Amino acid sequence: MTKTLISVALLAATAAGASPAAAQDKPVLTVYAGDYIASEWGPGPKIETGFEAFCDCDLQFVTGDILPRILMEGENTDADIVFGLNTDVTARARASGLFAPHGQDTTDMTLPVEWSDDVFLPYNWGETAFIYDDTRLENPPASFDELLNAPDDLKIVIQDPRASISGLALLLWVKGVYGDQAPEAWEKLAPKVLTVTKGWSESYGMFTDGEADMVLSYTTSPAYHIAAEDDLTKKAAIFPEGHYFMAELAAQVKGTDQPELAQQFMDWILTPDFQKTIPLANWSLPAKLPEDEWPQVMRNLPRPEKTLFYTEEEAEALRQPALDEWLRAFSR
Amino acid sequence: MAARVLALRSGLGGPAVAAGLGALILGTLAAVAWQAQGLSGLGPWDWRAVRFTVWQAALSAALSAVLAIPVARALARRRFAGRGALVTLLGAPFILPVIVAIMGLIAVFGRNGAINEALRGAGLPEFIIYGWQGVILAHVFFNLPLSVRLILQGWQAIPAERFRLAESLGFAPRDVARHLERPMLRAVLPGVWLAVFLVCLTSFAVALTLGGGPSATTVELAIYQAFRFDFDLGKAATLGLVQIGLCLAAMVLARRISIPAAFGTGLDQTQGPRGPRGWRVGTDALAIMLAALFLLWPIMAVTVQGLPRIPSLPPEVWTAALRSVVMALISAGLALAMCLTLALAIARGRAAWIEAAGMLPIIASPLVLGTGLFILLRGWFSTDALALPVTVAINAIMALPFGLRALIPAAQALREDYGRLADSLDMRGLARLRHLTLPRLARPLGFAGGLAAALAMGDLGVITLFATDQPTLPLKLYQLMGSYRMTDASACAVLLMAISFALFWLFDRGGRLA
Amino acid sequence: MLEFRDTITTRGDFTLRADLRIEPGLRVAIIGASGSGKSTLLSLVGGFLTPDQGRILWNGQDITHLPPGERPASFLFQDQNLFPHLTVAQNVGLGLRPDLRLNGAQQARVSQVLDQVGLDGMARRLPASLSGGQQSRVALARVLLRARPILLLDEPFAALGPALKTEMLDLLSDIADQTGATVLMVTHDPRDARAFATETVLIQDGRADPPTPTGPLLDHPPPGLRAYLG
Repeated sequence: MTKTLISVALLAATAAGASPAAAQDKPVLTVYAGDYIASEWGPGPKIETGFEAFCDCDLQFVTGDILPRILMEGENTDADIVFGLNTDVTARARASGLFAPHGQDTTDMTLPVEWSDDVFLPYNWGETAFIYDDTRLENPPASFDELLNAPDDLKIVIQDPRASISGLALLLWVKGVYGDQAPEAWEKLAPKVLTVTKGWSESYGMFTDGEADMVLSYTTSPAYHIAAEDDLTKKAAIFPEGHYFMAELAAQVKGTDQPELAQQFMDWILTPDFQKTIPLANWSLPAKLPEDEWPQVMRNLPRPEKTLFYTEEEAEALRQPALDEWLRAFSR
Repeated sequence: MAARVLALRSGLGGPAVAAGLGALILGTLAAVAWQAQGLSGLGPWDWRAVRFTVWQAALSAALSAVLAIPVARALARRRFAGRGALVTLLGAPFILPVIVAIMGLIAVFGRNGAINEALRGAGLPEFIIYGWQGVILAHVFFNLPLSVRLILQGWQAIPAERFRLAESLGFAPRDVARHLERPMLRAVLPGVWLAVFLVCLTSFAVALTLGGGPSATTVELAIYQAFRFDFDLGKAATLGLVQIGLCLAAMVLARRISIPAAFGTGLDQTQGPRGPRGWRVGTDALAIMLAALFLLWPIMAVTVQGLPRIPSLPPEVWTAALRSVVMALISAGLALAMCLTLALAIARGRAAWIEAAGMLPIIASPLVLGTGLFILLRGWFSTDALALPVTVAINAIMALPFGLRALIPAAQALREDYGRLADSLDMRGLARLRHLTLPRLARPLGFAGGLAAALAMGDLGVITLFATDQPTLPLKLYQLMGSYRMTDASACAVLLMAISFALFWLFDRGGRLA
Repeated sequence: MLEFRDTITTRGDFTLRADLRIEPGLRVAIIGASGSGKSTLLSLVGGFLTPDQGRILWNGQDITHLPPGERPASFLFQDQNLFPHLTVAQNVGLGLRPDLRLNGAQQARVSQVLDQVGLDGMARRLPASLSGGQQSRVALARVLLRARPILLLDEPFAALGPALKTEMLDLLSDIADQTGATVLMVTHDPRDARAFATETVLIQDGRADPPTPTGPLLDHPPPGLRAYLG
């Protein structure tokens, strides 16, 4: 019995403690990142090898719910860089006073919106969109209005704005398109919502399983199916009313113990070297890369003509009232 | 009571573990509140969540208990080949990882599922799994096995002589029901209801996916949202308190109801009442078949979907699987050590507060527990170092109430039967553990360990709140889904389910053979 | 010498008082109506109960608060005298070392006492494969091995048939002779008392009387005992 316990503990130590390069002398750059980023299927591994190729350091990803965690850790955080924050929560992050300016020139970004934030630096972007499968939905709604007025047996899955960043983006999207009429819009949309999931993954899984006709996702989602699966049936419904802009952001931590490394990392983000890894690893659009350098699959994607975006102050002010409207519509 | 039974000298472990549990669960809540510098008030939506939580738990518990009656009765009075295996299999949903169960339920009851295909074919209206009805359906799916087990136990506890007496008096099935079965059910059902009610009160993942929207928000889900969306720890703490308050209120209201204890004891009894002939054979067969279909079909559906893809899973998934197995084993070991210490103390007749402390985890919010531990420990350890140990510890703690239900009666019987003999022979400490306690309690220990290991294996839990670069298998499953790899995710789900079942089976089997 | 000095033991609304002495090597029957407190008296000596008042002494030494395993006594219960998961040899060996780490000499002692009670060749069997009489012999073998100066018997042979019971009482007598033990035996059968015990403690009205010679007591029972004996 005792022997078994000891061997189990040893096994645990080897399996659990096998974090890479624990005993190296190189300085460590700790990057807090969202789950999917650092998994082997996300952009993380490429970013890690790319940066380590010239920094003479050890980049370590720490994944999870970045913002709640760093807010809780406050000044004591181990993070040097935070990677993967979202445009709609920057107000809260900024208010913590934990982050330092990125020091990059953001005048000639390849974003559909102006970017003047000197703390949070976008490294990719996309727009919210409803994805459908053209073999299952032959006449997709051609506009947001058509979606709202479609028969109620058109079923969509969305994400909960209180738990998911894309769900929150949908709130702002509807607000951006319908303004004061948002409650009525939700009223029309609610019967078509099959279910509201915690995160994007569950929704998207239900869509690919054929449970729902459309799923709230991003304009770039079809690229994955085309590039990785040769599947041309998944499409984003492009609405003339516009689509909501979402970018993922990086920021350096003010109290970092590796200020040079952190700055070096920030300096690297907007370089083509970094930006070229984004499209096919993150399935989103690069923040600073001329379109002719994008992979063909991204260049071929249909793009919205109009992009909607709220500044951080607007988003923060709209968040609670928009959520209340949403809650009311779904609680009938 | 003036004369007191001599207490064993080695008896400080139980009170210590119980006090530790109480301090941990209430202390973490306090830590979260302290971090937030106070509790925050609740809005109307939070109160809505409270009402929905109570309502769905009550309904789920009632349905589980009522539906379990015909199944338990059929299993109690019929003998057929494979009955033992079927009883074991019917227990499977209880240890099924929640995310896998939801996949299975959607595969069967979803819009695209077999049931709705059939309904559409017959020109009937569809069954919508999304919404409160989906939450209830999933809760019944998880808890029907528990209810059947507890009620079946009640049936088998009716002495065989009484059934023979009934037979010799020429009782019709109606009379048997009236004089033997209904009194038993009256005694057992409230406890079954309470057990399921408590389990459903803290439900989280089910409501997240199948709830259909904000009208099906549970308190635990509201706690998650307070963390994620509002970053409002004070609200999370308040909701955690409300949740504990709800459970305590339920227990106080039902204080005369005791949760049936004999959870996991032998259901392989071969002698039982002979069931009535005639049409009741048909209804019993139907009850068993429907239950088997309801409980096993979703599992089969997931398996069929994912099994062929398992060989092509990337190596990282296997690494995560190994890590999860190791963590589950440590969790189970911890849970067993705590369970055993508590059960032995309870059997020794220590104060009821020890048992209450052991049942506390059933009402605690794992999210609050994890966050609180994190806040308390972060001064000494880095978050990275904490993520896995905290997950292991919380999983061990969450498994305690179930393990205790299996161990307490066995430990009491052991004390009753052999306590005085062992005392008079001066068996204590390790000698007593090795030569008496472990061999005599091997079966319930195996069962409890299997339960703890399986529950720990499938738990996604707090690890998502605290980052780690060492993902567990359930986390890997989410990562696969988050990277559009839905088919790999379904294979990963089958792997997760298979490992959970295997862990349970190994422990349970080990306990039986010991 | 075993002494009860003014002990008062209360459990619920039941009280047992005892103030008596038992000479070393004596065999004493304990007789009384059911529920009168026969087992309570035995439990006080065995250490499973402590009196609320008074003391219990063995050879002048206070044993009132000693834990059961450290008392100078062996106990044979009505049932559950053997651990069903341990072999015959292990069940007996527990009498030497509760952790069963027996050296060669101790193992030889175990075989020896098993021979002595007529169980040679059964050392590796489990209790369930033995007859009721054989199971009693295993328990007696352990008593022999422990050789404690006090032997407490709570009707251990009640479930055996008359012939077997006599056989066991004979074996018990041999063992008591060998170890020189003081024996306290609860019984409700006056024949057992006559056959085995030179003196008898009568328990009535919540009081344990000092031992008196068994024969005269049973020949001329006081009214309470007469009603019980019928």
